[in-house]
Amino acid sequence: MAKEYLTEENFKKLDEVIEHHQHQQGALMPVLQEAQEIFGCLPIEVQQRISEGIQIPMSDIYGVVTFYSQFSLEPKGEYTISVCMGTACYVRGAKPIVEKIAEMLGIAPGETSADAKFSLVATRCIGACGLAPIMTVNENVYGRLVLEDIPEIVEKYQKEGS
Amino acid sequence: MKSIAELEAIRKRAQEGVKLRSEKGGVRVVVGMATCGIAAGARPVMMAFVEEINKRELKNVVITQTGCIGACRLEPMVEVYQGEEKITYVKLTAEDARKIVAEHLVNGRVVKECTIGAYEK
Amino acid sequence: MDLYRSHVLVCGGTGCASSESGRIIDNFNELLIEHGLDKEVKIVKTGCFGLCEAGPVVVVYPEGAFYSMIKVSDVPTIVEEHLLKGRIVTDLLYKDHTTSETMNSIDEVGFYKKQRRVALRNCGVINPESIEEYIAFDGYQALGNVLTEMSPNQVIDIVKRSGLRGRGGGGFPTGTKWEFTQKAVGDLKYVACNADEGDPGAFMDRSVLEGDPHAIVEAMAIAGYAVGASKGFVYVRAEYPIAVKRLQIAIDQAKENGLLGEDIFGTGFNFDMEIRLGAGAFVCGEETALIASIEGKRGMPRVRPPFPAVKGIFDKPTLLNNVETFANIPQIILKGAEWFASIGTEKSKGTKVFALAGKINNTGLLEIPMGTTLREAIYDVGGGIPNGKAFKAVQTGGPSGGCIPAEYLDTPIDYDNLIALGSMMGSGGMIVLDEDNCMVDVARFFLDFTEEESCGKCTPCREGTKRMHELLDKIVDGKGTMDDVAKLETLAKTIKGASLCGLGQTAPNPVLSTLKYFRHEYEAHVLDHKCPAGVCSALLQYLVVPDLCKKCGICAAKCPVNCISGVKGKEVYLIDQDKCIKCGACMDACPFKAIKKG
Repeated sequence: MAKEYLTEENFKKLDEVIEHHQHQQGALMPVLQEAQEIFGCLPIEVQQRISEGIQIPMSDIYGVVTFYSQFSLEPKGEYTISVCMGTACYVRGAKPIVEKIAEMLGIAPGETSADAKFSLVATRCIGACGLAPIMTVNENVYGRLVLEDIPEIVEKYQKEGS
Repeated sequence: MKSIAELEAIRKRAQEGVKLRSEKGGVRVVVGMATCGIAAGARPVMMAFVEEINKRELKNVVITQTGCIGACRLEPMVEVYQGEEKITYVKLTAEDARKIVAEHLVNGRVVKECTIGAYEK
Repeated sequence: MDLYRSHVLVCGGTGCASSESGRIIDNFNELLIEHGLDKEVKIVKTGCFGLCEAGPVVVVYPEGAFYSMIKVSDVPTIVEEHLLKGRIVTDLLYKDHTTSETMNSIDEVGFYKKQRRVALRNCGVINPESIEEYIAFDGYQALGNVLTEMSPNQVIDIVKRSGLRGRGGGGFPTGTKWEFTQKAVGDLKYVACNADEGDPGAFMDRSVLEGDPHAIVEAMAIAGYAVGASKGFVYVRAEYPIAVKRLQIAIDQAKENGLLGEDIFGTGFNFDMEIRLGAGAFVCGEETALIASIEGKRGMPRVRPPFPAVKGIFDKPTLLNNVETFANIPQIILKGAEWFASIGTEKSKGTKVFALAGKINNTGLLEIPMGTTLREAIYDVGGGIPNGKAFKAVQTGGPSGGCIPAEYLDTPIDYDNLIALGSMMGSGGMIVLDEDNCMVDVARFFLDFTEEESCGKCTPCREGTKRMHELLDKIVDGKGTMDDVAKLETLAKTIKGASLCGLGQTAPNPVLSTLKYFRHEYEAHVLDHKCPAGVCSALLQYLVVPDLCKKCGICAAKCPVNCISGVKGKEVYLIDQDKCIKCGACMDACPFKAIKKG
């Protein structure tokens, strides 16, 4: 996939973010978080610009980016399907749900489909245990799921935009 | 904020807005607001109660509404509950409502001429 | 402030917001205008009511009518019947699971009866985005009293005498922590709030931040005064966008009103605070890892001492408390140490918030006095187990805790009793398991979690959790030996003793507690190659019950690997166990329920 998110415009926005946090103590995390908002991910090129901007070695930045699960080196799919694997969801049957979606999309949790349309994530507890088992597709929430609901939901997004 | 007095002032003002959620007991003014009540003019009566009670900053009074009390010909009807006592007022106007607040709720004197007893005689 | 005859409270907590409470609020507002009621009735978006199972929840005052599972399509009915005509819509009221009775008022609901709300007192009562409503319920009164009437030592003395202990899991006496930080030498000190609530199934901190964010702002300012700090950090996990937004609103409102900033209440005391976001690392709930993360480093724990009270954020003395701990502070100041100490047990004072989830009727948040028994929490407040299933265990304390079996249900809940049972209080997650849950599988689930979340710094945790996970995999696949079970136990004890931080030291608890109370389930997997709960697919067998089989052949047609043989109309069908992939398609397909799992 072409790296069209590494645009001049996005880098300009990043420079503003760096400028804004320039004198803050412990600025790296907020800068990375805002950079990921801008680019959708944190590839080496973005890390390099941050390294020069706030004067922190690349090795430190790479270490931080790869430590936290929310930072990603590669772009995510158009739709991110996150299935909650918190304890409450797990004991109410989240595992077969992930397996079903993985089977339908042909990707394992943590992967993005070849056409960059779907990313599947087995996520940590999102704290909506009253609706267990629960999953989200981008901003949309699907709660109190049963296995039979899955094909319809996934097919809906498969059709969209294709 | 520079003083406790300022906080106290905000608190007093703000408490007015939320007292509905914490009050138990006290006086309950129940307005009959079924179709018959509304048709007979219960809404302006209720609004008069709301306005007057707020104007006088009465504590411990809750205005609530109920369905048909069952005597449609006597609407708008209002019942005032205070402890064990219940007074039923009938055929009220907004003017009567203000009088009831001033006389009954503030001074504890039942407005006899508006009660169901006076009307049914 | 405008006055209204009726208030409609709609839950805007994450649970209810996930089921469209935002659209419900919009719909109420539109309909009120349409019916000309917008000057009489006020719609208030509140924090979590706690009874998430019944969400989205709507409460109408002054009646206190408790509507549950409200859909957008129910809104017109509530407006037209209840708000316009004053008739409570009985069909939409909450129904108690245990009695099936319809509950008219929020005060009658069994879920709330045994609760005592201190930390959650404002959640579901006030609009969290309004500083005025917080002030109306005595907000910032405690800060005012502290700044104008008390010395820092007096504040610390009250917190110490209250007996409050850290609600994040450790249970360390809060007042002592404050005293250490106050006595530490430093030109600059910090107060930090740990809102990196990572235990799966625990969401009380999120609910406090969403439902009563000003309580945290106020408490941190009080703590700042007591220990001599002028700056606060709140470290919130990034998975909680609503909580972050509301906390930011609260901080901004407090600044506008001069309750944060310089010269608060004209006393010369300065305090400011900012939010820092986590990025998805469970270990950052550990205090030294959290500090590293705020500093912009990998969130890895370090050896203590020095404790954060001496050397914390940017090497300055730092007071670090959890959200629920802070939420108790303003009430302790207002009502006194004796009042707080009168609630609870001898060594655990006050109340504790639990997040009740799993196989339970009333999923949600409950705040109960310390010393309430597990049985009361699960049956009286939680409403028991759904679908007539049998209780098997309750898992407390998240991945650091353990599973407690039925024979200990009458144990009063406090820090020390739970530890004695091989579990712990943790942050207050309480997951109920029923007969359909396999305890070996549950232990494996937690190991999967801790293995992935181990930061990798120390060997016992990094390698040990991986090896334990492998052994558990072997057992659930039916390939384990009793030697593996023994190895598992030795390994668990070693990791517990040798790990650097709390994550590693407690990671073996799920294994050790299930081995202690449910060893027979491990033995069934190893010796009999059976999973008693029917969860572990490698140990399952699908069998045709000859007496029930009508020889129709539907199962054979459905089988994706053609492992079912028989002759249609003549012969009972048979499943070839060597070829069977245990997908369950045959069982689902059989119209006569002639295939069973065993």
